[in-house]
Amino acid sequence: MKILPIVIVFLVGLSSAHAGAVDELLQEYRSQGAGPFSAEAGAALWTRSGGAQTCAACHDSDLRTGGRHAKTGKPIAPMAPSVNAKRLTDRAFIEKWFKRNCDSAWGRACTPQEKGDFLSYLRNQ
Amino acid sequence: MHIKHFWPLLAGIGLVATSLSVVGDDDRRGSGVAPVSLPLYQQECGSCHFAYPPGLLPARSWAQVMAGLGDHFGDSAALDALDQQAIQEYLLYNAADRVKERRAVKIARSLRADEAPLRISEVPYIVQKHRAIPARLIKDNAKVGSLSNCTACHTRADSGSFSEREIDIPGYGAWDD
Repeated sequence: MKILPIVIVFLVGLSSAHAGAVDELLQEYRSQGAGPFSAEAGAALWTRSGGAQTCAACHDSDLRTGGRHAKTGKPIAPMAPSVNAKRLTDRAFIEKWFKRNCDSAWGRACTPQEKGDFLSYLRNQ
Repeated sequence: MHIKHFWPLLAGIGLVATSLSVVGDDDRRGSGVAPVSLPLYQQECGSCHFAYPPGLLPARSWAQVMAGLGDHFGDSAALDALDQQAIQEYLLYNAADRVKERRAVKIARSLRADEAPLRISEVPYIVQKHRAIPARLIKDNAKVGSLSNCTACHTRADSGSFSEREIDIPGYGAWDD
């Protein structure tokens, strides 16, 4: 009888370990005035041209397959959490790569709205 | 000399001769550059490209690379302040002009004191070592693409070894000068 609540807490913990980082970041972006967020908008941003390159240029447009760095050719692990459980689990890691990649692809930082849209798109892949 | 010492002596001469030939070999093991030893460097820089061992550039070059991470050959490789400092110290302390490994020393010696290339592929020693290799095997080889892609051909580059006999050029094979 005592084990059941523990199992439930453990299972909830597992599912929220993944959701936790994303939900925390979305909340932070909302506190900066962004939202509501849209997975469709995120998908459109993923292939948005106009800057030096698109997200899909390195990460591929199918997020369940791996990508390749456009210049060096180094393999990049799949972005979709459904096939790569390590994705979207670490807030600092996510923000570090937003900082690098928004600048590399578009030549500027992404706005809180754009980052929220990206995460809403990516989390369901 | 008593005859019973003949065979041990001969064996001894053989051992010395063997070790001399190994020491004299241009590609002896462990004499390349020191392999990468900082996991943070491997993680932060090795995500996008081969984590080049610090012994491949002099300290003055690494200092410039680290000062320009916001525009790192067209991409942003921005780091937070603590990681930036740790990686910079690692690179500078282990740079080509600060270490003893044979290839690192040759790299450092191939540069004038005022030369600080940002690209390893522009270091005179590296350029000279690859000069005889035709473009179709490197630049025009889809599986290589650039001299910067060390691991495409140097099968033990990850351990800091760039011996000629470990070369395997994709679609071509071994390379012999």
